[in-house]
Amino acid sequence: MRWNQERNAAGRRKLKSRMNVKSASPVPGAISGHRRYFFDKFGITERLLERCLGEALSAGGDYADLYFESVTATSLGVDEQIVKSASQGTSAGCGIRVISGERTGYAYTDNLNPDRLLHAAKTAALIASGPAKQPVQGFTETRAADLYPVPLGGFDLDLAARLELLLRVDRTARAFDSRIVQVRAGYSEELRRILVVGSDGSFASDTQPLCRLNAFVIAKEGALTTKGSAGAGGRSGLAQFVGSKSPENLAREAARGAILQLGAIPAPAGEMEVVLGPGWPGILLHEAVGHGLEADFNRKGTSAFSGLIGRPVASSKVTVVDNGTMAGRRGSLNVDDEGSPTQETVLIENGVLKGYLTDKLSARLTGAANTGSGRRESYQSIPMPRMTNTYMLAGEDEPEDIIRSVKRGLYAPNFGGGQVDITNGKFVFSASEAYLIEDGKITAPVRDATLIGNGPEALKYVSMVGHDLKLDEGIGTCGKNGQSVPVGVGMPTIKLDKMTVGGTGR
Amino acid sequence: MPEVITQSEASASDANLDLESLAADVVVLAVKAGASDAEAVAREGDEFSVDVRMGQVETLTESGSRALGLRVLFGKKSASASTSDLTPDGIRQLVEGAVALARITEEDPFTGLPEAEEFGTIPGDLGLSFDDVYSLPGEERIEWARRAEAAALAADPRITNSNGASFNAATGRMALANSRGFAGGYRTSYAGISAAPLAKDGNGQMQRDYWSSSARRLRDLESPESVGAEAARRTLRRLGARRVPTQQVPIVFAPEVARSLIGSIADAASGDSIWRGASYLAGKLGSEIGVSGLTIIDDNAMVFPNGVGGFGTSPFDGEGLPSRRTVLVEGGVLRSYLLNTYAARKLGMKSTHNASRGLAGAPGIGVGNLYLEPGRQTPEEITAAIPKGLYVTSLMGFGVNLVTGDYSRGATGLWIENGELTHAVEEVTIAGNLAEMFRSVTAIGNDLVFRSSVAAPTLRIDGMTIAGA
Repeated sequence: MRWNQERNAAGRRKLKSRMNVKSASPVPGAISGHRRYFFDKFGITERLLERCLGEALSAGGDYADLYFESVTATSLGVDEQIVKSASQGTSAGCGIRVISGERTGYAYTDNLNPDRLLHAAKTAALIASGPAKQPVQGFTETRAADLYPVPLGGFDLDLAARLELLLRVDRTARAFDSRIVQVRAGYSEELRRILVVGSDGSFASDTQPLCRLNAFVIAKEGALTTKGSAGAGGRSGLAQFVGSKSPENLAREAARGAILQLGAIPAPAGEMEVVLGPGWPGILLHEAVGHGLEADFNRKGTSAFSGLIGRPVASSKVTVVDNGTMAGRRGSLNVDDEGSPTQETVLIENGVLKGYLTDKLSARLTGAANTGSGRRESYQSIPMPRMTNTYMLAGEDEPEDIIRSVKRGLYAPNFGGGQVDITNGKFVFSASEAYLIEDGKITAPVRDATLIGNGPEALKYVSMVGHDLKLDEGIGTCGKNGQSVPVGVGMPTIKLDKMTVGGTGR
Repeated sequence: MPEVITQSEASASDANLDLESLAADVVVLAVKAGASDAEAVAREGDEFSVDVRMGQVETLTESGSRALGLRVLFGKKSASASTSDLTPDGIRQLVEGAVALARITEEDPFTGLPEAEEFGTIPGDLGLSFDDVYSLPGEERIEWARRAEAAALAADPRITNSNGASFNAATGRMALANSRGFAGGYRTSYAGISAAPLAKDGNGQMQRDYWSSSARRLRDLESPESVGAEAARRTLRRLGARRVPTQQVPIVFAPEVARSLIGSIADAASGDSIWRGASYLAGKLGSEIGVSGLTIIDDNAMVFPNGVGGFGTSPFDGEGLPSRRTVLVEGGVLRSYLLNTYAARKLGMKSTHNASRGLAGAPGIGVGNLYLEPGRQTPEEITAAIPKGLYVTSLMGFGVNLVTGDYSRGATGLWIENGELTHAVEEVTIAGNLAEMFRSVTAIGNDLVFRSSVAAPTLRIDGMTIAGA
């Protein structure tokens, strides 16, 4: 934590001191490449940014910011051994926000001409009423980390290299087993450029690459049909698709999952001991505690975790962090969508609730520090506190010992999606690969089942934590109030002494 | 670049026509660039929304955006592109991008536009767009949201907090054109109001729920007061919720959750899943897939007696084929899949005019107004016949596997004891298999109401497993 704060403090660099409103050109040599993009491509000037912020605050708002976004995206698909689809998209726009007390005015435009921007600023300004009271501060560029190289994106891609990844998925999955009857592979990537400037003088820009590779298969045996899927990705280039993220491994994982399901028995129903495998099962943390700790819910007193800071919410073996500073990871960001540097935030330490995830608004209203968690789906959306990469720190138990300790229970190493009701704390997450544990041994695979629990209680039943912390492969997307953002999760192998498994069997 | 593109920027009064010209022009450019066929979609939308919380405005959003999508075909090869940059430069890049991508795709014998004689659009006014959605003055819009929240907060002293209430309005325009002669466009409008109160009981347990009303026409919206009151009623009845033991009992799905089951049948009957074999309904055409009382219709041409079109109504589908009514399931027998042109060709069938269209990518498959035909029993009669069971009012999670039909979701609701709704239930799952569930429907209510494009009456299903304490 402290390291991050120091880095942030040292990383802020004065570009020019305000007061001198007329100075239109920035300090020579100080313009970063990210920022240059909007200046060059859309004719944005520092003077225009100031005018828009001034207009946004003209009716008496406390704070205003402009969020410029330009996204280019490409996707490719191989289906039935044919390169069937190729698609690209580009969009650009600006969202203008004005905050007045707890009120937010928002307007956006996909036309970056000065008069359209000023019009949007005027519209957002109307959330306040009165004379202007806040001056626009001189810009200070946020110098953030460099968590991802930026080789991806644009439309000048080496498409052949990307197609080769898909064809490797296709070949490997088909060769895996004669019962694999359908294979589909998809690759998508985007390059998102942002420029965020605030009336508080904040000025940040970033270029964020993101890509993913997916395998999807259908297996058939007699009258039985099953599916399997796997994927990997992150904020780095094609070189990441090696080892566990290689096309071959993803194809095998998808195929293995589908074949396994052909022999699966009904999942059990009821409360039992549950062992979650390392990696993607960390979605448990995302649903059980993560959302409940987002500061907007807590500020309003609508979360089951409201007012629980300093109280035990998990067993003492549990420490959970949200960390947006991990190089190349899907959930990572150099700066959040309000231009604040991301950081590592301890949510739960040795079982005790430590803190919430905040953005500028919730930090200001609650007096808490800004954790750099303000995120949004696009320029059309208002930012709110969100997770980045959320994971549980490793413990000391041997994964084998954890399995061995279970008399009768469920071992779930892979999951699909999850959901939470943050007010009553109830959450679900759906196992896509799971097995019975009988007398300390993993036995029969079971069919898909949803697990359900209560957020503030569930982690109190964590009795063993493995030393095998693993992060997911980089394909998670989180939805909140209709906005989707990429996230990561992670976890070591853990044992919950009780959790409800929603199957149909005994 | 043709003049018309700059015109579309200028004229607000006849924006629809301009979008159609824009789409048509892009098709011409693509063909000039060598495409053997092309299809363009242009969209434009405006939105207004206000969220009020604890009587104060929380957020106010007002904006609009436009975008253009293009699909090009070079024989049996296809690719697509989209952009929000509608300047001549942006459009040139759109066309060049799509054409360049088409070079790397491979021939797919089933790809391509529909045949020219298939195109069409339903004539007449389908009641999709009403100017009154923006007729409320700004202050009045805020007031409507305030009134909805106030009604919820005033309903009971146990309603102590709120996730807010909102009013929103939106209008949209879309145009579709292709190189085989189709050109069409239409406008839509929407208004909505919602409230989401929180309740707290003596033990400190908190619950939330919400209610909303949506309409294409402002004057068809339910009153803010009734939305707030219903939101409060739904929230209050969740208080005192507890778990129930693991067991098999009849499950009654309230209309607002029964609709998701009907949605699952439509997803499983979607041609794209069918040709892949990735659906438990693959190969089941003409077979009995449910009880004899089960009739499911998808009608994307539906207009209500008051002249207002359904939420899923449009004059033509995403490929320019005229909208129409499709009987999906009749008396428990699967009568049709849901097909676009591609899936139809894969299966050797005809499109059911269910193509959906995003901006980029090939057309998908979507439903219009999808519904389960009502039965005769009132919801009260259905519940009254059950000695012990669960009345489900909301579902959580994504535990529906359309390939195997396996179904397992988190549920909340009310416990049924001797035919009466008693205490609230939470933190349980309900599980079964779709194939068996629709053969185990033992009652269908008479309470079909179209609150959205997918609707179902109350539904009772036997034989499912509750997992709980």
